[in-house]
Amino acid sequence: MVIKHKNIFKTESAWSNADELLLCLDTGGWRTERPVLDKEKCNYCGLCALYCPPQCMKDMGDYFEADLAYCKGCGICATECPRKAIAMVPEGEFADG
Amino acid sequence: MAKAQKGQVRVITGNAVGAYGAMLCRPEVVAAYPITPQSEIAELLSQFKANGVMDAEYVEVEGENSAMNVVLAAGVAGARVFTATSSYGLVFMYDALQEASGFRVPVVMVNANRETPGIHAVSSGQQDMISARDTGWVQIIVENDQEILDQIIMAYRLAEDYDIQLPVMVNYDGFYLSYLAEAVEIPNIEDVDAFLAPLKEQPKRQTLVPGVSKGCGTHGMEMGYVEARYKHCMALERVKNKVDEIDKAFSDYFGRSYGGQLEEYRTEDADIIIIASGSAAGTVKTVIDAKREEGVKVGLVKLRMFRPFPAERIVKALKGKKAIGVIDRSLCFGWKYGPMCMELRALSPEIGPSPILSYIDGLANLDITITHIGRVIDEVSAAAQGKSYQEVTWIPMEE
Repeated sequence: MVIKHKNIFKTESAWSNADELLLCLDTGGWRTERPVLDKEKCNYCGLCALYCPPQCMKDMGDYFEADLAYCKGCGICATECPRKAIAMVPEGEFADG
Repeated sequence: MAKAQKGQVRVITGNAVGAYGAMLCRPEVVAAYPITPQSEIAELLSQFKANGVMDAEYVEVEGENSAMNVVLAAGVAGARVFTATSSYGLVFMYDALQEASGFRVPVVMVNANRETPGIHAVSSGQQDMISARDTGWVQIIVENDQEILDQIIMAYRLAEDYDIQLPVMVNYDGFYLSYLAEAVEIPNIEDVDAFLAPLKEQPKRQTLVPGVSKGCGTHGMEMGYVEARYKHCMALERVKNKVDEIDKAFSDYFGRSYGGQLEEYRTEDADIIIIASGSAAGTVKTVIDAKREEGVKVGLVKLRMFRPFPAERIVKALKGKKAIGVIDRSLCFGWKYGPMCMELRALSPEIGPSPILSYIDGLANLDITITHIGRVIDEVSAAAQGKSYQEVTWIPMEE
């Protein structure tokens, strides 16, 4: 068997890193609600990024922001945020929604 | 490497042996829910923890599904973990079993074999393990109490090996071995440390790192899925030789050997071979010795590993033999043969055209007796001489 495939995972198990590869499916298209961050409340704890299933929370230096191309709108970030800094807003309320 | 010191010999039950085996490997996180016939392991491990004999986090869980999720999560975080279950418990953690192997977590679990749902049998049988065969775990079956202990130690060396990174299920016959007290040599914990020390010299597997947003098993779409599964299957292939290597290392250090993937008993000059596993293998050896006295050239292949299936070594052991009898202690629903026989038949092109006879026996605590095994050997011998034979026999149904 000649393997032509180039490995996606650098590790033996399927570990992925939110900062790098693997946000490969158009999961953003599934979204009906969008996470909106209140930067005043956010203290950059990173729990949203840790829990995010597609790991699309981008580290912006002093806060995290969902990459809307991949955020599927599940709202886990909003639920897990200890400071309630994330609100889930229906897509219909956005001009690009 | 020097030899291990002689350990303390105690007469204890298979379940107690399971608990001692786990404790000696210094697990960091243990979660187990009691279920017959495994309960004694969960009880003893919590006692070890309470008495300060075992320095592990013992997580009290409300069921087996949580037990497996606790240990697999702790394993993802890098801990050495242990759990034990049986029957309904194994069924209840079915999704978590697949998470553990899919995430490539080196969980070591003892499974005291017991019959499974449908017919509520609180009795021995290998159906639980067989029904979990496609969960991606390594499945090892042992024959006696000493082997339980030694195999748990070897299981850590296998599961945590950098080239393997897979969960390992150590199976023994519930009710038979679980409650059977035998003399067992318990190694000194320092010697177990020394045996497991080579793991520390290997590269560190990827684990959760606080502050770094990494995920395991969360991006298995399309080619990510294919790649992860391919690596998993290749790792299972590597398990085969690794099991043999670890058995050799164990034998060199502790002085006890089990043959790795399988044990061959008087097979070399044998015309016919019986295949069995677990505690029944001991009885088969006794009958073989008696039949040898009568001039019957019969040997045993004791299957020690069901997943990955030790195909290459089985072919080597069976090639050229005149007939083969397989005793299964479980069923393969949808096939008339028993599961081990069915798997063996997949190797027929390599083994050759010899008759393969399937026997179903020992379900639900029915003993696989000396008389039963004598009958199997007689029938397999007759088949080897070209006489007609029955392909599948449910021994208890014909009594």
